[in-house]
Order: sequence, then C-alpha cells, then structure tokens
Amino acid sequence: MGGERDEKGSKIGMWLFLLSEILFFGALFVLYGTYRYKHPLDFHLASADLNRILGALHTLILITSSLTMAISITALRKRDRMISLLALAATLLLGLLFLVNKGLEWSVKFGHELYPNAPRLLSRPKGEVLFYGLYYSITGLHALHVLVGVVLISIVAFLVVKKRIDEKKMAPLENVGLYWHLVDIIWIFIFPLFYLIP
Amino acid sequence: MKALEAEKPMEGSLTAASFYGEGGRFRGLWGWILSTDHKRIGLLYLFSILLFFLTGVSLGFLMRLELLAPGPTLMKPQTYNALFTLHGVIMIFLFVIPGLPASFGNFFLPLQIGARDVAFPKLNLLSWWVYMAGACLALLSLFTGGGPIDTGWTFYVPYSLRTTVNVPLAVFGVFVLGISSVLTGINFVTTIHQERAPGMGWFRLPLFVWSLYATAWIQILVTPVVGITLLLTLVERLVGVGVFDPAKGGDPILYQHLFWIYSHPAVYIMILPAMGVISEIIPVFSRKRIFGYKAIAFSSLTIASVGSLVWGHHMFVSGQSDLASVIFSLLTFLVAVPSAVKVFNWVATLYKGSIRLEPPLLFALTFIFLFSIGGLTGLFQGALATDIHLHDTYWVVGHFHYIIFGGMGFAFFGGLHYWFPKISGRLYRKKPVFWAWVLLFVGFNTLYFPMLLLGWEGMPRRYYDYLPQFQTLHVISTLGSWILISGLIFMLGNLLYALFRGGRAEANPWGAATLEWQVPSPPPAKNFETVPHIDRGPYEFKSTGSPSRDEKGLPKG
Amino acid sequence: MLKYGTFVKVWLALVLLTGLTLSLAGRPWGPLNMLTVLAIATFKSGLVASYFMHLSYEKGLGWLKGMILGVILLLAILIGLTFFDIAYR
Repeated sequence: MGGERDEKGSKIGMWLFLLSEILFFGALFVLYGTYRYKHPLDFHLASADLNRILGALHTLILITSSLTMAISITALRKRDRMISLLALAATLLLGLLFLVNKGLEWSVKFGHELYPNAPRLLSRPKGEVLFYGLYYSITGLHALHVLVGVVLISIVAFLVVKKRIDEKKMAPLENVGLYWHLVDIIWIFIFPLFYLIP
Repeated sequence: MKALEAEKPMEGSLTAASFYGEGGRFRGLWGWILSTDHKRIGLLYLFSILLFFLTGVSLGFLMRLELLAPGPTLMKPQTYNALFTLHGVIMIFLFVIPGLPASFGNFFLPLQIGARDVAFPKLNLLSWWVYMAGACLALLSLFTGGGPIDTGWTFYVPYSLRTTVNVPLAVFGVFVLGISSVLTGINFVTTIHQERAPGMGWFRLPLFVWSLYATAWIQILVTPVVGITLLLTLVERLVGVGVFDPAKGGDPILYQHLFWIYSHPAVYIMILPAMGVISEIIPVFSRKRIFGYKAIAFSSLTIASVGSLVWGHHMFVSGQSDLASVIFSLLTFLVAVPSAVKVFNWVATLYKGSIRLEPPLLFALTFIFLFSIGGLTGLFQGALATDIHLHDTYWVVGHFHYIIFGGMGFAFFGGLHYWFPKISGRLYRKKPVFWAWVLLFVGFNTLYFPMLLLGWEGMPRRYYDYLPQFQTLHVISTLGSWILISGLIFMLGNLLYALFRGGRAEANPWGAATLEWQVPSPPPAKNFETVPHIDRGPYEFKSTGSPSRDEKGLPKG
Repeated sequence: MLKYGTFVKVWLALVLLTGLTLSLAGRPWGPLNMLTVLAIATFKSGLVASYFMHLSYEKGLGWLKGMILGVILLLAILIGLTFFDIAYR
C-alpha cells in the first residue's frame, strides 16, 4: 500500500516540478511577447534568417522521441523489457540528434558572426539584436534541458537493465518520461515563435 | 516560589527516547547534516536562519551607526552601499523567505497532519544543502571578483549590468537559494495532499498547515520567474545577449516586471506562514475555537492568488504606463481584504475567550498591532498620488519593516516561545520574556516609527548622506536600534539558558489541541507510536483537558 | 489501458499538425496567423499531455489538472498585465 502511495506521491512531485519549469520558460516568453510587440518587422526579418526546414526537423525529432518514450513506458508495464530498452535507446539517440542539430545551427550563426555581442550583430537594428538575444537564451536553455534529459534517460535505461526498475516500481522511468515530454512541449512552442514569424 | 527550580533538568532521559537520540545511520554531527528526519532538518534550518538573522541584524546595526550624522561618519559611501545591499539580501533570502516554512514548517507539518515525515525526506535534506550552498556562494561574492555588491537587494538593471562589483556570483547564489525554495514547496504540497493521517480531512487541518500549503504554491510557481531573470542578468553580463541592456534595445522596466512578479508574492511567502503561527497561538491562549476557520483557510489561498497580480505597485514611478499603474493600484487595494479578514477573525476569537497572557500570545498580539500599522502605511503607497511622494523614501523602509519584522519577525518569536517546549523538552522562565518584550517593543517602534516620519518629510532611502534637518529623527532611530538589539539578546539569552537549565516540559504544557502536542516533548524519532486516526478539529479544547501548568508555570492539580 | 496504437495515432496527428503549421506560416493573414499557429501549438501540447503524459488516464489528480490550467491562466495574466504597460506607454 505504501509503495503505491509513494509512486503516486513521486509522480505528483515531478508534475509540480514541471509546473515550475513552465513558469521558468514562461518568463522568457513574456520577454519574447513584449519585444516582438515592439519590433514586429525586425523580428520578422531576423526570423527569416533561421532555417525553417531545420526547425521543423527539430520538431519532428522531439515529437518522435516522445513517441518512443511513451512506448518504452507502456512496454515495461507489459513487462516487455526488450522493447522498453530499445525504445529508450531510440529516445536517447533522437535526443542526441536534436543536440547535434542545434549545435550545427548555432555554429552556422556563429560563422556568420551573429553571436551575442558580435559587432556585426550589434550593427543591426535593435529589434534584431533582441531577437537573437532571446533566440540564444531560449534555445540555449532548452538545449540544456535536453542534455539533462539525455543524461536522465541514460540513467533510467541503466536501471531498467539492472532490473532496479520494473513493472511494479516504475516511478523513475515514468517521471523521466514526464520531464522529457515537457521538453518536447516547450519546443512545440519555440518552433513557431522563432522560425515561423510571418 | 519558583516551581521550575524545583525540577532539575534531566539529561539522559530527555534525549535517549526522542529524535535527538543516536539511532540513525550516522552518528554525531553526520547524524544531523545527513539526516532525512524532518525534525532534524527543521532544526538545521532553524540554526542556520538564526545565524543569518543575527548577521543581518549586525549589518543593520552598522548602518544605523553610520546614519547618526550626515556625511561620512564611520565608512565610505561604497561601503554603505554594500552594507544595505547585503542587509537586504541576507535578511530576505537567507532569513525571512526560508524562515518559517523551512524551520517550523519542516518540524511541525508532518506532526500536525499525523504523518511520520514529509513526502520526500531525501529531497528535504537536499533543500537544506542547496540552501547552504546558495548562502556560501552569496557570501563568497563578498570577497571575490569586484567585491561586495552595491546594487541594493533588487539588482536593478542597467546598474547591475555595469557595476564592477561581483554581481554574477551574488546573483548566482540567490538563484541557487531559489532552487532550495522550489524544492521545499514541492515537498510540502505533495506532503499535504498525500500524507495526511486517516480522518484528517482538509477542514480538520491546523491553519498553520493551510498557510504552508498556500505558501508552497507560491514558492513553486513564481520563484522560477526571478530565477530566470537573475540568470539572464548573469548571462547578459558574461556574454552580452542584450535582453535588458538599453544600449541593445532592451527595456530595463521589463527587468523590474519580471523581478517583482516574484518579489511581491515573495512577501506573501514571508507573511502567510507567520499568519499561520498566529492562527495557531490565538485559539490556544483564548482556549476557544478559532472564529471563521474556513474564512481564514480560504483567505490564505486568496492572498496567494491575488497577491501574484499586484507586482506593478513597486513600479508606479518607474515609467510604466498609467493604465498599468491604475490596474495594479486597484488590485493592490483588493489584496488587503483577505488580510483584514484574518485580523478580524483573530480578534473575534479573543473576544470572550479565556485569555492567558503567556509569551506566545504576547508576541501574537504584538504581531497584530505592528502588522496592522505596516499594512495601513501600505495603503498610502498603493494609492497612486501619494506614492509619487513616498516612493523610494524612508516611508517605504518603515512600512516594510513594520510588516516584515513587526509581522513575520514577531510571529517567529511567538512561534519560538510557543514551540520551544515541544522542540527542546524544556521550559523557559517567563518573567525575562516580558522584560525582553518591553525592550523589543519600545526599541522596535523607536527604531521604525521615525522612518515613517522621515519618509513623509522627504528623506530618500538608500542614502548615505542627508540634510541636517533629518538628523534628530535619525538619532532617535539609531537609539531605537540599540534598545531593540538588547531586547533580542535578552530574549534569545533566556531561551538559550532554558536549553541547558530549563525545567522538564511534558507533552502539552499549553493545553493545545493540535497533534504535535499529543506526543512527548521532544517527539520520538518516528513521531507517533501508531498512526493516529483523527476524529475532531484542531481547535477543540474540551477533550484535550486543561493545560498542565498555570500562568506561573506551576504544575496544576 | 495504454496501447501502442493510440500513441502512434497521436504521433501521426502531431506530425500532420506540424506540417500544417509550416504551411500556414507563409500565409498573409496578419495577427490571425500567429493566433492560429499558437492555437495549433496549444492543441499539440494538449495531445502530448493527455496521451504521452497519461493525464487522460490518471484518476484522483483532478486538483493537479486544475492547477495545470491555473498555471496557463497565470502565464496569460502575467503576459497580459505586462502588456498593459508596454502597449500603453
């Protein structure tokens, strides 16, 4: 009885943490909303700099990784350890792919001398400077969360292999899943807001 | 005849069976700093916050010395700027915000709901370690980089982006402290939902628990906003992203918005648990069920929610739009209502109650008085026209010290004196408390009332130098600080003495009805022999029997 | 009961909605554009939360689901009140 209650308590705890994360990113969206309102044209121009296809690819990678994560949890509930581990491995790989993708994107921008405080960036209109400031801040923070997620997934995968997580004691896996899905949701908003400004 | 001297303090038996006894995984000091027992963690916090409180008091003492005369008195202007910044940072982030939830909250929440511990005991220990880490980082910033910060505890941009002092480390320290706060919030919300004993319905919870619940939600939801804001400031200084820097198109007022979106609700983190303590004390010492239990419970939730929408009242003169100012002013007047509900209900509880003026009640009554003054002075600031005159003057300094120190501070003293027997298993002498109280009360008002007058007359805050016409009030204020500090020393000294030489406290010296008083003093490691089944409310006094000691501290019957 | 099939269907919906978002981006509808795109993003998030995060399947967590909506409301109010400053200076 205590075990079930502990599992539920653990899940509640993770959800509460996720709520705090929503506000954490939310504040950045407050900044975004404000600056976009003040510099609509600059934001549009700067957004056109970003590669939409790459952005969409990011989105598909994360959406698929959410699928594999959900599959992994269901598989373990059905005691299919092999499928669960394979799905976890897939999630991990997709997460890493996302990070590689993001790194490439940033390095392209840096190559064009558009990193924060770069003279070339500062010579652009203020709205564009702000766009890039927000772009690096938000995608940077998000990528950091993806990195943490990748580490967490590795840890739970290890625990599943060691049978320390099984269909009776699933909380760590489910909680990492919840975290990962939130990381996906945040990107679902970042994508249109930065890559698709009309 | 002094009954307390007739009972010799008993050493061995006090500690062996209680949570103080050795029996956990670790021994000695490790048994404390690695303990996941909520009672030990609560005491770790209590010890730390008292330490930081006294540090903050010392800084205030030095500030008041400097302000005895206009111009340089003891120190250079830069030193003074660092002093008031540190005084604010230490008092707010290391004392008042963690304050009641982390110390008494941790210790008593599980006991009051009939649980053996919080939902996440290991996370609880982590919270304390993170808190200490944040404190160390913030203190380290005093001696590294460009030296102690001088921005004021609010770190406003663009100055905080430009000043050469060690803003990054200090700000990062505060960020880490925020993490500790969020973790505590998560722990408490989960605990209150999941760990209540059978029969402990929501409306049988002690009001202290309701206040901790509302507070925990604020901690979870708005702390991240200031967290990211400080992080952005840090990143902007280090890398130059430009979200706040006007030279890059940034809007410094947006910083203020994000900062105050946290820092205003933060004052409710400070005051709600304090009000919770008052709601515990008043019924016990009027020996009467609290008046309007549900109103008080819901007022905590209302204050938490509406209080999250009023932050702009710190920004009336910042350059924000008039429309925003009007809206924030209106919301600010609204949030005063649920606070007033609590005050009315406390007074109604006292009315026709069987009043015993013991130390906890003394402090609780003082809370009501000082908090009311603080609250009323706030109304002048909430009104747009008068705020233009009063903003950034000593009126504001007087206002928030009445509310925070007069409020949370005195509630903290009340809680100390109420729960001291339970935590330590000892009784303190009561006469010294009354004398300490006189010093505290006289000192407090002598220190802070002149500030209201100074502000009204136009003396700006955070100023090192001032016009000669303000000197008299400043001198009076500084004298007040000396009286207040002697009161603090006396009060804490009395409690310290009682720790070593106090008489033995039994389970329920006050005759209270909440669960913590139904277990021995100090509580055993596992809190309860068997998990209790609750069948009555927290303020039903008829069935708990009368208090076991009378007003002189003599055992009854 | 959680089924693989349900998850795949949700995934498919998410992919299609992403495509839809992409195609809408070029249309000149003014502010309606952003609102539609954000509405789609919100709907996608709702799908992830309800299915992948199991919210549809959880019992006894009504208060938590309420608070999730509360948080969204809070964010909206924070943006809204700040907007009353920015837009009316």
